[in-house]
Amino acid sequence: MAGIAVLCEVQGGQVAKGSLGVLEEAARLGQAIGEPVTAVVTGSGLDDAALAALGGHGAATVVAVDDPRLGAGLAQPVVDACAAAQEAGQYRYWLAGASIMTADAMAGLAARLGAGIVIDAVELHADGSDLVTRRSGLGDSVLAHCGFTTPVGVVVTRANSFAPTEGASGSAPVERIQPSFRSWSEGVELVGHEDAEDSGPDIGAADVLVAGGRGLGDAGGFAVIEDCAAAFGGAVAATRAVVDAGWYPYSAQVGQTGKTVSPKLYIACGISGAIQHKVGMQGSGTIVAINKDKNAPIFDYADLGVVGDLHDIVPKLTELIRARG
Amino acid sequence: MRIAICVKEVPDPSAEKRIDEGTSRLVRAGENTLNPYDRHAIEAAVRIKEGPAPDTEITVVTVGPESAARSVDRALAQGGDRSVHVADEAAAGSDLLGTARILAAALRRDQYDLILLGQQAADAECYVMAGLVAELLELPCVTQAASIELGDGSVTVKRQVETGYDTVKAQTPCVVSVSDAINDPRYPPLPAIMGAKKKPHEVLALADLGVDPATVGAAGAGTRVGGLSRPEGRGDTVLIEDDGSAAEKIMEFLVEKKVVA
Ligand SMILES: Cc1cc2nc3c(=O)[nH]c(=O)nc-3n(C[C@H](O)[C@H](O)[C@H](O)COP(=O)(O)OP(=O)(O)OC[C@H]3O[C@@H](n4cnc5c(N)ncnc54)[C@H](O)[C@@H]3O)c2cc1C
Ligand SMILES: Nc1ncnc2c1ncn2[C@@H]1O[C@H](COP(=O)(O)O)[C@@H](O)[C@H]1O
Repeated sequence: MAGIAVLCEVQGGQVAKGSLGVLEEAARLGQAIGEPVTAVVTGSGLDDAALAALGGHGAATVVAVDDPRLGAGLAQPVVDACAAAQEAGQYRYWLAGASIMTADAMAGLAARLGAGIVIDAVELHADGSDLVTRRSGLGDSVLAHCGFTTPVGVVVTRANSFAPTEGASGSAPVERIQPSFRSWSEGVELVGHEDAEDSGPDIGAADVLVAGGRGLGDAGGFAVIEDCAAAFGGAVAATRAVVDAGWYPYSAQVGQTGKTVSPKLYIACGISGAIQHKVGMQGSGTIVAINKDKNAPIFDYADLGVVGDLHDIVPKLTELIRARG
Repeated sequence: MRIAICVKEVPDPSAEKRIDEGTSRLVRAGENTLNPYDRHAIEAAVRIKEGPAPDTEITVVTVGPESAARSVDRALAQGGDRSVHVADEAAAGSDLLGTARILAAALRRDQYDLILLGQQAADAECYVMAGLVAELLELPCVTQAASIELGDGSVTVKRQVETGYDTVKAQTPCVVSVSDAINDPRYPPLPAIMGAKKKPHEVLALADLGVDPATVGAAGAGTRVGGLSRPEGRGDTVLIEDDGSAAEKIMEFLVEKKVVA
């Protein structure tokens, strides 16, 4: 086994930023442990120039797996693609930045290869010639230094852990391979897609975000959040739980599958503070959290935590802000 | 139809958390509970049984120490019909791959049309067990389902992805993990809680499943924790309890931080 493979995901015709960041981090790691880095790109109708350009982000070689079945964002055909790449390249490590598709694909690959798998790694380190990840646990209160005992190790890194450099340039040789698809990988079919609705205020540009979670109780609960956001001259944000439940539009979602925001002020109301929400808002200037449960994980990363009922507190806060004019 | 639900017992998310510095393992002493995310999977199954497929049998499957029986009962009270509990000393210390191997072996014993999991475990927050188990069982897999609709030989699932919502159709048998927004799980009434113990329980050892102990547990783990450290925190959190003046205190804090003028 030799070398590091990085699964690069194509979203909207382009290699995802998260993939580019991990590719660059893999290149740094590869230098330290003496392993070359291969970018494995899966998709449909991949463009040769765009593939070669991954050389600018640290890939020594690019393996492209191009098939219509790989263009639907489904994970299992990607497992077959990665398995084909593995057969050709015999990589020692597989890395991917977390996304809905890549996490599932890496899980499938680990199961097929009998490889140890680490999820939610936030750092990659060299230990001699081995990779040791830092995986945070217990609501980010501890970092476990996690390595592998299997010939192949699979790592999914936490979303937003590694940012790519802008304007990188370079070129790498591209090799195209063809996988064979397993019957069960073809058992799921994409039958419809609704694009994230992009109407409404751009939450990425707001200085103040007042965010609501399931603690609001129901869709009507967003009225108090909207009032408060309006008083601050800010915008409304939401968790996946309430977006999935149809209480608020997807365009307002913050987190791993939603937006990454860094307003001056983020007020989290009735939000538990799951890691997948945190990764989208931890860069905020000041974080205030209001939650009934004093052990809610959101308090671990708030500047001011208020244990209490949002229905009592938020309307009063709105009044106080309005009164200041 | 036959539905299996994988449930895990986790340390109470609202209790204090700790890692044993000696063994590097999560301390599982104290109050443990059924993983809250798994309650959504049970509810999804119960709704299938109450709705389109009344002849459904719901099996609760868990891998965990004997003490996890309490969480199994809890899951049965919520609407399960029977349970399969793999409890074996040699399974202790299993990592994701090891747990997936045991779960897959337990699930392979019976024919299920649908295998449901929670979106993630509250302790490990991994969200990949469905992908691991599906590959080991060689079954189609859909994760993070926000809704499930039963079809003829298939299920149609709506799920959130980075670009919006996908609707996917998976042939059954298949593996599906459900988002915590798919439903509001009901709290079982007292008679259901009392009745859970009387439902059929099967407790199995690895040998009953033909699982080689060397491939699971601490011995078979593909990952190894070599040390622990503290992450850099955000700094000090000021934590206050609302005594009626929380809004004023938030204002004072924002003024002090110069976030509001
Ligand atoms: C692959 C993956 C991707 C994900 N992507 C995202 C993402 O992009 N964004 C995201 O947000 N999540 C995401 N999630 C989901 C995430 O794990 C959590 O399930 C979700 O963030 C929980 O939302 P919540 O805090 O609104 O709900 P809950 O976890 O149910 O929390 C509700 C909170 O409200 C509190 N509360 C209740 N009533 C009151 C009251 N009256 N006053 C004050 N507090 C109250 C409760 O104490 C509780 O802490 C993802 C999960 C996975 C597995
Ligand atoms: N030991 C276990 N026994 C049964 N099911 C489990 C176990 N561990 C995880 N699961 C299932 O896998 C889901 C995701 O867990 P994880 O990937 O560990 O975060 C949980 O919601 C459960 O449905």
